[in-house]
Amino acid sequence: MRTPYYGADRVIGYLFFLPLLIVLLIFSFIPIAYSFFLSLYQIVLGLPRLGENFVGLANYEKLLEDPAALNSLEVTIIFVCFSTVLEVCVGLLMAVAINESFRGRGMVRAAILIPWALPTVVASQLWRFAFNDQYGIVNYVCFGPDIAHYKAWLADPFSALIAIMLADVWKTSSFAGLIILAGLQTIPDELYEAARVDGANAFQRFLFITLPLLKPSILLALIFRTMDAFRVFDLVFVMTQGGPADATNVLQFYGYKKLFDEGMVGIGSAVSVMVFILVLSVSIFYLNLVGTTLLKKKETLL
Amino acid sequence: MTGRKGHRLILGATIACIVLFSVAPFAWFALLALKSHLEITAVPPAIFPRHISLEAISAAVFKYGLLRFLKNSVLVAGITTAVCVAVGTLAAYPLARLPIKFKRTILLLILAAGMFPQISIAGPVWRILRALDWLNTYQGLILPYLALTLPITVWILSNFFGELPGELEEAAKIDGASLFQILCKIIVPLAVPGVFTAGILTFIYCWNEFFFALLIMTRSDFQTLPVGIALFPGEYTMPWGEIAAASIVTTMPLILLAVFFQKRIISGLTAGAVRG
Repeated sequence: MRTPYYGADRVIGYLFFLPLLIVLLIFSFIPIAYSFFLSLYQIVLGLPRLGENFVGLANYEKLLEDPAALNSLEVTIIFVCFSTVLEVCVGLLMAVAINESFRGRGMVRAAILIPWALPTVVASQLWRFAFNDQYGIVNYVCFGPDIAHYKAWLADPFSALIAIMLADVWKTSSFAGLIILAGLQTIPDELYEAARVDGANAFQRFLFITLPLLKPSILLALIFRTMDAFRVFDLVFVMTQGGPADATNVLQFYGYKKLFDEGMVGIGSAVSVMVFILVLSVSIFYLNLVGTTLLKKKETLL
Repeated sequence: MTGRKGHRLILGATIACIVLFSVAPFAWFALLALKSHLEITAVPPAIFPRHISLEAISAAVFKYGLLRFLKNSVLVAGITTAVCVAVGTLAAYPLARLPIKFKRTILLLILAAGMFPQISIAGPVWRILRALDWLNTYQGLILPYLALTLPITVWILSNFFGELPGELEEAAKIDGASLFQILCKIIVPLAVPGVFTAGILTFIYCWNEFFFALLIMTRSDFQTLPVGIALFPGEYTMPWGEIAAASIVTTMPLILLAVFFQKRIISGLTAGAVRG
């Protein structure tokens, strides 16, 4: 029930949008278009005499043939898949535990928010030092005072990638957990009561009531985490600088290097556009998976 | 009933593990700030400092300019939050309360802008700022931050505004109040929790942001805490104690926010997402 708004109010309503529109246009939408435009040119900042030539899709062709770029794509996909799945699993465990009633629940909830509240740069330095070959806590936990076995985790391609994933899981699992917790709290207790009366044990109740009803929140946590994991940068910048041997050279870091270190504006912009398209297609895929139920719910609220 | 007892035991153990997992790594790292350089580089490492030393903290403040980074962070995050909430409130109101065409499309577009990977806009944003000669200025960082934080702010606020009852608004309209008056005097006071939630989330985002701060603030006079912490220079070895001291300063406000406003933060993070 709303009274009709008059013409003037409607115009003013649109005026209210203006500041938002200007900011988003200049610092989001135009840059996206501009990235695409730049990716069609050959521009190398170090070689100004080369000029700025229109080369069409040549930059993209180069990228698809460049082993470093393909490696970067592969590393990013491995990172995204493993870390998001782990995060949702750990988050689910956290959510189920916190949903129980016990004394000091508020404190526990605040405690699990700490890794999330930490700036990523701080978490990165923390884990960089934790994985340190001599003074790190990881070696101490694994091998105790037996320093002969101490490993240089971040110097080995395989363990460096795992280290970065673990740091990400530590930092963001609680976020996934909170989203899942919100979904958990909407499940009515009566369902569990009924199942208990029917003789279902705790594991069966979890498997046949909790999990199916949590599907939307788990998907949502997965979406948020995936979008975020594609953007991973701080961890790599601080912990490994993309190394060793490009083992952790994720797309955002690769693009950053091309654009801002090597001055390869054309190629770098092509990387930017590719990342954009990648993230866009993944989000569309997820949205279809959720079946736009979330959006429909939104509409009834508006 | 052993089942019940066993259940409590498993729950207790799980919760202990979760708390340990969440708190212990940062606690260990924070303790570095109280250790002397000698203790930090002890092999094998010691967890607790044997002698409390303030050398790392004083070096972070006096040698590495920690307070300057802090000032920049407070300014950038503070101003961005204030402007973001104001602009977001203005935009969310018509989205939630006025009959506007293509409402859903507009909201989706705004949300989409929030999902852009930073790298896909970084190059052009840098070029635009360079053209304006705004690299290494506060507004040069605040404006991109606004673009990054406004989508979620508008989303949270339009949810909040949409749930307010319409009667007061109707009454004010009949009394001849303008749209702007209705927004300031009726909607915003009623939606204070939502505005507050959006503000906290914006502040945390800006306080933690690293990528754009790294690109835009290349001069140390203007760098924010995350950039400072990431680029802490080491002469022979990394100054871990100083990094830990700076990390504590950076993290304290956030831990306080998380402890005192956890309900708001959680409701903001899950804004409308899982609401039935």
